[in-house]
Amino acid sequence: MNDIKAMSFEEAMAALERVVRDLESGQVSLDQSIALYEQGAALKAQCETLLRAAEERVEKITLNEAGQPAGTTPLEGL
Amino acid sequence: MTDDLIEPLAGSGAGNAPEFTVSELSGAVKRVIEGEFARVRVRGEVGRVSRPASGHLYFDLKDDRSVLAAVSWKGQVARMQVRPEEGMEVIATGRLTTFPGQSKYQLLVDEVEPAGAGALMAMLEKRRQALAAEGLFDAVRKQPIPFLPGVIGVVTSPSGAVIRDILHRLRERFPRRVIVWPVAVQGQACAADVAAAIRGFNALAPGGPVPRPDLIIVARGGGSLEDLWGFNEEIVVRAAAASRIPLISAVGHETDTTLIDHAADLRAPTPTAAAELAVPVRLELLARTAEAGARLGRAVMTRAQMRRQRLVDLGRGLGRPQALLAPARQRFDLWADRLDPALRGLTVQKRARLSPLAALVRPDLLRRFMVEERRRLDAWSARLAPALARTRTDNARANLRNRAALVALAERLAAAPQARLAALSERLDRLDRMRLTLGYTETLRRGYAVVRGAGGLVSSASAAAAAAALEIEFHDGRLPVVPTVPDPVAAPPPASQGGARLRKPKPPRGGPDQGSLF
Repeated sequence: MNDIKAMSFEEAMAALERVVRDLESGQVSLDQSIALYEQGAALKAQCETLLRAAEERVEKITLNEAGQPAGTTPLEGL
Repeated sequence: MTDDLIEPLAGSGAGNAPEFTVSELSGAVKRVIEGEFARVRVRGEVGRVSRPASGHLYFDLKDDRSVLAAVSWKGQVARMQVRPEEGMEVIATGRLTTFPGQSKYQLLVDEVEPAGAGALMAMLEKRRQALAAEGLFDAVRKQPIPFLPGVIGVVTSPSGAVIRDILHRLRERFPRRVIVWPVAVQGQACAADVAAAIRGFNALAPGGPVPRPDLIIVARGGGSLEDLWGFNEEIVVRAAAASRIPLISAVGHETDTTLIDHAADLRAPTPTAAAELAVPVRLELLARTAEAGARLGRAVMTRAQMRRQRLVDLGRGLGRPQALLAPARQRFDLWADRLDPALRGLTVQKRARLSPLAALVRPDLLRRFMVEERRRLDAWSARLAPALARTRTDNARANLRNRAALVALAERLAAAPQARLAALSERLDRLDRMRLTLGYTETLRRGYAVVRGAGGLVSSASAAAAAAALEIEFHDGRLPVVPTVPDPVAAPPPASQGGARLRKPKPPRGGPDQGSLF
C-alpha cells in the first residue's frame, strides 16, 4: 500500500487499468479477485488523491543580490 | 565656412594666410564632418572585429574598394539587438566623427542590422550546423515529458500575454503550481537572462525553499526574427540542452523556429500549446479513474455473482435425491404394469395353440395307428421264412462252385513251378550257347591263337621280338615259346598286314565278345 502512495498518477492509473483487466478477464481465483479488488481500490484512491491536488499557485522567483533565487512571491493579477 | 578656410590657403600670398594650430585645424575638420554627417546609414561587410576589456566594440566596415573604421561605445553595444560579426553584411546607423589623435575619421555606430534577412538566416544556419555537429540536438538526448508535473517552471516575461495564455490553459486542463522566472524576452539581456533562468531552475535542490520544477517551459510570443534573436544565442541553446529538467520550448508563432527549439526536449508551436503538452486534462483523468473504479467494482461483483450462480446451478444439479430416483421409478412403474398382462396374454396365446391339437388326441387315433402297424408287421413276418430257405439254397450252390474252382487252382499251382523251371533252363542253354559262340575261345577253334608276353597280350611282331618269353594259347591248350632273333633279310616286313594276319592272329581288342571280330 505504501508503494501505491508513492506512485505517480500515471503509474497508479496504469496499475489500476491492469487490475481491472485482470479482474474482467475472469482468469483469477476468488481469493485473488478479492486481493485485486482491494489493490484496485487503493490505486483508485491514489489517483483521486493526485487529481484532487489540483490547486493552482502562481509564484514568481525572487532573486537576491547575487542573482540567486531567494524565494517566491505570489504573482497576482493573471 | 569652407570658403573661409580654403580661400586664404589657396591664395598666393603666404604672408596673408592665417595660421592654424594642428588642434585648431583638427577641430575645424571635426566640426565640418560631424555637421555634414550627423546621421548616416552605411551598408558594408563587417571586417575585423575587436572588443577590448573596456567593453567598446571596434570594427571595420568595408566594400570592395574602401574601408571605414567603426566604433560602438559600451552603452551602445548593450542596446544592440544584433552584434556585428566578421563577414556579416550589415547596415550600420550612426554619425561620422573624427579621432584627431590619429588623424582618423570613423563611424560611431548606434545600431547594426543585418543587410536583409538572408544574411541573418545564413548566419543562423551556420550556427545551427555547428551546434548540431556537437550533438546538442541529438534525439537520444531528449528526455520524456512527465505525464503530470507537480510544479512547472516558466521562463518568460512576467507581464504580457504569454504567461497569461499559459496559466489560462493550465487552469482549464489541470491547475498546477507554477513558478515564473522573469526574464527579458528580447533585447540584449534576453539570451543571458533565459540561459541563467534555465540553469537557475536546474540548480534548485529538491526540498529547498523554492520547489524544483518537474518541467520547464521557455516561452515567448511572436515577433520578428530580430525580436526572437535571443533564443538563437549559443548560450541559451547550451543551457537548454544541458537542462536535467525536461524542457518545452514555445518561442514565437508556429512558423518561427529558433535554435532553442532544436535543443529542447519538446517543441511547442505556441505558449498555449506548451501548456497543453505540459499537463493532461484533469476531468478526463477523473472520468477515466471513475470508470476504472466502476469497472473494478463491476468486475469483482460479476465474478462473485458468476460464482454464486455457478454454485446455485451446481447445487441444483446435485439437489434432490428424488430427482435421481424418479426416472427409474417411472420406468419401473411402466414395466411393472405391463408384467401381469404380459403373462396372461402369453398363457392365452399358448392355450389357443394347444386347443386344436388337443382335439386331435383321441383313443381311436391310437387304435387305428396300432392296427395299421400290426398289419405291416404281419406282412413282413410272412415273407421271412421263404426268404430264409431261398438264401440257404443259394449258399449251398455257391459253395459247390467255389470248391471246384479251388481244386483247379490247386492243380495249376502244382504244375506251375516245373513248367517255369523247364522254360528257364532252356533259355539258359540258349544263352550259354550264344556266349560260347561269341567268346574268343570259339574263334581259337577256327585256327586263331592268342600270344601273351610277360606284360599281357602281345599284339605286334615288334613287341614279340622284344619279349624274352611268349605263351601262345590255342583252342586246346597253351604253349610256351621263345622268340629267336629274326634275320633282318629273311624277316617279312612288319608293315605287311596281310602276312601278319596269316601268321599271327591279331588279338581281340577290348574283350572276347567284341562284335568287330565278326
